[in-house]
Amino acid sequence: MAAVVDPEIRVITIDELGILRSVDEDPATGRVLVTITPTYTGCPAMDVIRADIRRALAAAGHPDAEIRTVHAPAWSTDWISERGRAKLAAAGIAPPAPTRAGNVVSLTLAVRCPRCGSPDTEQVSRFGSTACKALWRCRSCSEPFDHLKAL
Amino acid sequence: MTSLFDYTLGLGDDALVAAQRLGEWTSHAPEMEEDIALANIALDQLGAARLLLTYAGELEGAGRDEDALAYLRDDREFRNCLLVELPNGDFAVTMAKLFFLAAYQLPLYTALAGCGDERLAAIGAKARKESAYHLDHASLWVKRLGDGTEESHRRMQAAVEQVWPYTHELFAAAPAAPVDPATLRADFDTCVDAVLAEATLTRPADGWTPGGGRDGVHTEHLSYLLAEMQVLHRAHPGARW
Repeated sequence: MAAVVDPEIRVITIDELGILRSVDEDPATGRVLVTITPTYTGCPAMDVIRADIRRALAAAGHPDAEIRTVHAPAWSTDWISERGRAKLAAAGIAPPAPTRAGNVVSLTLAVRCPRCGSPDTEQVSRFGSTACKALWRCRSCSEPFDHLKAL
Repeated sequence: MTSLFDYTLGLGDDALVAAQRLGEWTSHAPEMEEDIALANIALDQLGAARLLLTYAGELEGAGRDEDALAYLRDDREFRNCLLVELPNGDFAVTMAKLFFLAAYQLPLYTALAGCGDERLAAIGAKARKESAYHLDHASLWVKRLGDGTEESHRRMQAAVEQVWPYTHELFAAAPAAPVDPATLRADFDTCVDAVLAEATLTRPADGWTPGGGRDGVHTEHLSYLLAEMQVLHRAHPGARW
């Protein structure tokens, strides 16, 4: 499971993203149960993630594994691990700010440019290359970058 | 009195039809960023629709899954509000529709997250967060267009007045529902009044209040929308990926 990466953001694993909730093995039958939770309700990558999990488990000798999708508790970007955040930044994607209770949208915290580190940045578009990202631009180094939105 | 199935279907149909209308802007929105934004918002709505329709199918217990419900019902069986089936019109009309829809869906999903039905509560908790972004996006445009040029102000005011009569149906009382829509009116009004004021727009007077969507009585627009949405599925019955 540690090898299954997000198909769109290939530097980060589903475990680091908080998509992978648990992996259990039935002691009697040896059957594996993987529980995952989707990020956005319409995320089109979820089918690919399920297929990738199935493939990884089959390769590890569990072709009859069950993959269960749960919707509660609702996934939050707060579940992304510290390592995951570091990997995102290293890949040029500004990681999400912590969510504030009941209000995901406010933009009070500066988003630092993942390339030069400057906080002098501006949002170009609320929706970027994927539903979970926004498009930003750095006013210091002039480069555009993606930012994972807090959810 | 509507059943839980009808109620869930109504919520799912709201999202499904809204997604279909928003998708119509793909490849000809005013600017590229907006093309992406509307497509992403449509995707969020579609995601919620899939969850709600799947649950509705389970509640009905007649073996209908999300696809059967989306593609094989006729317009008289759809339970969406009339607001979402209205044609997109110009960009101001689209933003007025999205603004009022999101200002309704945000308190709706928030309340649903705390309702007694576990499945609806999970869906509500999830959809609520995305709804906040939809409301933010639409509000930005309503303000920008309202408090903009003479032409953008004229079009935005006209759009608000054109769509306003259809907002009343959203709050028709249903005391037995998991969330009584009438209880959402206050939050809606607070949000709408604030944004309209900042946009230098006038809140229309209440007058004509069209309805009937929750009972399957729709405008002439829905059947054309469904024809386009359903034709491919109906042309190949039983087809699978």
